[in-house]
Amino acid sequence: MAGAAPQGASAGSDIYRGNGPRLLLPVWLWVGIFLVAPVLIMAVYSVLTKEFRGGVIWDFTLAAYDQFFLDRGLFGDEPPRIEWTYIGIFWRSIWQAGLATVLCLLIGFPTAWFIATRPARVRSVWLFLITIPYWVNLLIRTVSMKFLIRDTGPLNEFLLWAGIIDTPLALVNTNFAVQLGLFYSYLPFMVLPIYAAVERYDFSLSEAAADLYADSWTTLRLIILPVVKPGIVAGCILVFVPSLGAFLAPELLGGAKTFMIGSLIEEQFKGAAGNWPFGAAASMILLSIVMAVLLLHARAQTKGDRT
Amino acid sequence: MLDVAQAVEIDSVVKRYGTVTALHGVSMAIAEGEFFTLLGPSGCGKTTLLRCIAGFEQVSGGAIRLHGEDIAPLPPHKRMVNTVFQNYALFPHMTVLDNVTFGLLRRGWGTRDAEARGREVLRLVQLSEFAQRRPGQLSGGQQQRVALARALAPRPKVLLLDEPLSALDLKLRQAVRSELKSIQRETGIAFVFVTHDQEEALTMSDRIAVMSAGHVQQVGPPREIYEAPQTRFVADFIGETNLIDVTVTQVSGAVARLQLPGGAAMDCPAAPGARPGPGHLSVRPERLSLCAAGQGDLAAVMQDHVYLGTDTQLLMRLADGARLVVRQQAGSGTVPDPGAALGLRIEAGAARLLAD
Repeated sequence: MAGAAPQGASAGSDIYRGNGPRLLLPVWLWVGIFLVAPVLIMAVYSVLTKEFRGGVIWDFTLAAYDQFFLDRGLFGDEPPRIEWTYIGIFWRSIWQAGLATVLCLLIGFPTAWFIATRPARVRSVWLFLITIPYWVNLLIRTVSMKFLIRDTGPLNEFLLWAGIIDTPLALVNTNFAVQLGLFYSYLPFMVLPIYAAVERYDFSLSEAAADLYADSWTTLRLIILPVVKPGIVAGCILVFVPSLGAFLAPELLGGAKTFMIGSLIEEQFKGAAGNWPFGAAASMILLSIVMAVLLLHARAQTKGDRT
Repeated sequence: MLDVAQAVEIDSVVKRYGTVTALHGVSMAIAEGEFFTLLGPSGCGKTTLLRCIAGFEQVSGGAIRLHGEDIAPLPPHKRMVNTVFQNYALFPHMTVLDNVTFGLLRRGWGTRDAEARGREVLRLVQLSEFAQRRPGQLSGGQQQRVALARALAPRPKVLLLDEPLSALDLKLRQAVRSELKSIQRETGIAFVFVTHDQEEALTMSDRIAVMSAGHVQQVGPPREIYEAPQTRFVADFIGETNLIDVTVTQVSGAVARLQLPGGAAMDCPAAPGARPGPGHLSVRPERLSLCAAGQGDLAAVMQDHVYLGTDTQLLMRLADGARLVVRQQAGSGTVPDPGAALGLRIEAGAARLLAD
């Protein structure tokens, strides 16, 4: 074998090129089984008829989508009007996820910048500190958050003790609590990609900008932000998408008023009250929104690169 | 010097980083329209000094005057100087033209005027047809010229160049040298050019400041730096030289009387600061010639030779064991056999007594 090695090496590229499709097989299997198949199952379920104790009956119908978008009255015999309940939930979820993304960006960018501009040895310590909470299960962390902010929790106790307030703040079951939960859960997903972009940023570009009469604010706006934009966009997508479908934070920290898509979908697959086709239809609609956002971003990206 | 307008005056500039001192009170004056080079090995403080002029480093002491005004307290964006960076630092997300007009727009130029000026400088560096490209689509040499155009566009009072040719390959570097020099003449802007490459410094500069360990060793035109080095460091760093241990018997003005190894006495030009006692004489290898044993200024023994094409290097040893190099032009005389005893003659006026 050793004697044949040089010859094999020179012909190596051809050999591997021929094997290309076969070597990609595991990837195709993985994508097929864990990505394509579940989406297809969901798509099929969304156009089937619901069975009463959960599950589906194999009768084709668009009833689930109809239920989502149209209101036909209590007995289904009135002229269809637009059903605002679910659109409202979706809108509120998009708004909540968007707000969480903006908050994560406002806190995450300076954090990432701070870490990336530390000496190399200290950087890994800071990154490690950022990821420490992720060694604990998200459910436990969210419940702990509820404990911290409840009426008799440490936060209110402290504010009362310090004399800043005289009645406990009702924080649980509010938008604020949900925001706090989302922000806390997804902040690292903002910090890490921005950190990666800032770490690669060539600081001589900032010096060049200053040399060419740009003050710090102009340098941030015209040079730094555009150059690290891929990291910012990646961070925003990584926070927005899971926030949109989140159900732990809204479920545990929010109340009926903060009901979000994630909880709506989750409910449809829980117990006898569930409605699988409706849950599948809501998932498909959510998926469409996310895909639309990603496609718009991809379109903007290629357009920006071409000019 | 009073009648020549000074573009930059460096006045006892000190730069400390914690306990490390990078510049020990450096002073020099750069004239209007001059091609001025800061030359020295890495870590000598030349780049630090350039960054102090640009404003990227705060001086710990001293003043930097631009056309008479002390700019040391100003942030970089308020100094009318521009820099060509070693790695060019072109803005990757902007077109070549946007890079070049960046400084103009920050100075408050109108879009149309800035664009016209941008195209004018791009013509100067022969990149007109690349105005709409991104820096990433250009070769190293083209990027270097964009960096130059970008820094020249706002008509700075002084242009700072931080080893701008070091990233180019040899052939390109030689071509860019003469181009850079002619652009400097055309624009009439004073250039402060940092390099560790002595050939670059000697071929391009009007004057050179040789720096070592945070001190200025010598400032002067290239010919003076090469032919009349004042310190051991300058003699050794610029070109090749022989340092001969001598005993100085008398110094009067710029002439010294000294005793060569072997006892011969000679008079030679002395650098300011040379004192009687033990000293060093610098003689370039090409200014030593061979003669018969017993004649000439020095007695030497042939050791070895290195053939270099245009000339041959003869390695010699003096009686006290010191090594000496003689450069013999191709076709002038034969190479002596190893072990042969020879005399060496120092060309009149070619030897120089150094200050230390």
